[in-house]
Amino acid sequence: MTVKGLAHEDASATHHGHNNGHEAGHGSLRGYVIGFTLSVVLTAVPFWIVMGNLLDSKLMTVAAIMLFGTAQIVVHMIYFLHMNAKAEGGWMIMALIFTIIIVAIALVGSLWVMYHLNTNMMPMSPEQMKNMP
Amino acid sequence: MSNIDKSAPETPEFYLREDYHPEGSAGLGFWLYLMSDCLIFAVLFATYAVVGRNYAAGPSPSDLFDLKLVAINTGTLLLSSITFGFAMLSMERDHRNGTLMWLAVTGVFGLVFLGIELYEFSHLIQEGAGPQRSAFLSAFFTLVGTHGLHVTFGTIWLVVLMTQVSQHGLVTENRRRLMCLSMFWHFLDVVWIGVFSVVYLMGIVG
Repeated sequence: MTVKGLAHEDASATHHGHNNGHEAGHGSLRGYVIGFTLSVVLTAVPFWIVMGNLLDSKLMTVAAIMLFGTAQIVVHMIYFLHMNAKAEGGWMIMALIFTIIIVAIALVGSLWVMYHLNTNMMPMSPEQMKNMP
Repeated sequence: MSNIDKSAPETPEFYLREDYHPEGSAGLGFWLYLMSDCLIFAVLFATYAVVGRNYAAGPSPSDLFDLKLVAINTGTLLLSSITFGFAMLSMERDHRNGTLMWLAVTGVFGLVFLGIELYEFSHLIQEGAGPQRSAFLSAFFTLVGTHGLHVTFGTIWLVVLMTQVSQHGLVTENRRRLMCLSMFWHFLDVVWIGVFSVVYLMGIVG
């Protein structure tokens, strides 16, 4: 860190009593209300679709649930968790992207492998069971 | 570090103090904890996705789940999220009593959520659909139970912080703690979105 950078950090630390811990971003009443309204809509619609049996196709219903769920997670991240590309010097979004990659590998990998294990499972006779390695 | 500070407090320091610790790193640290918690939930979600259809000739989601109850539960958690937001806004305006009031409202919503979830669990177990019935129910109780456990600890943390704020006011430490708890609380709401989408809604669709 440069001397200038350090001096700047110290200066900001001296009056941290008022703005400490808001690096994650300032929430505003407007932001919370917008986030809440969007969340209510994004929750109500999938419940409505499922409870009212609105869509004939099962695949379409599942796709709609996934779509609304993902949209709501994004809304929560932005309006409630105050995520943006600059929070904590960009490290929050980096950690988030890393986590999303790991989660995607774990989820897709598990489903993929286990699906193939299930479909490729051969019925086994007692004789085969005995001779298993 | 301290002896140098005392000897020359006014002179500018052209070196990096060894234990230099930038203010506000608690937010990033707590975010990293939340991301690791996210991995725990991802593993539980993956388990549920893999074994969630193995009913062992037992009850399936459409036999068990009451979507109206889940909708009420989702509503309480959503409301608790915005009331926690209001608590944070009161905190930023230095309104101690307002903060305490909104925290109490959040806590009540948290308790209602937990009450409904415990009612659902006891109802399922009474019907013979306990965690030992099938792989689906084991995965269900583990995933939803872990979320409920997080909400329980979040509520305990909330009560502790309410005591702290009422005793010491909105000091720097309490502001930092409240910020961490708000992230925790909103994070649990994000996990719940996954739970009601994947477990309840998709379970009913089949």
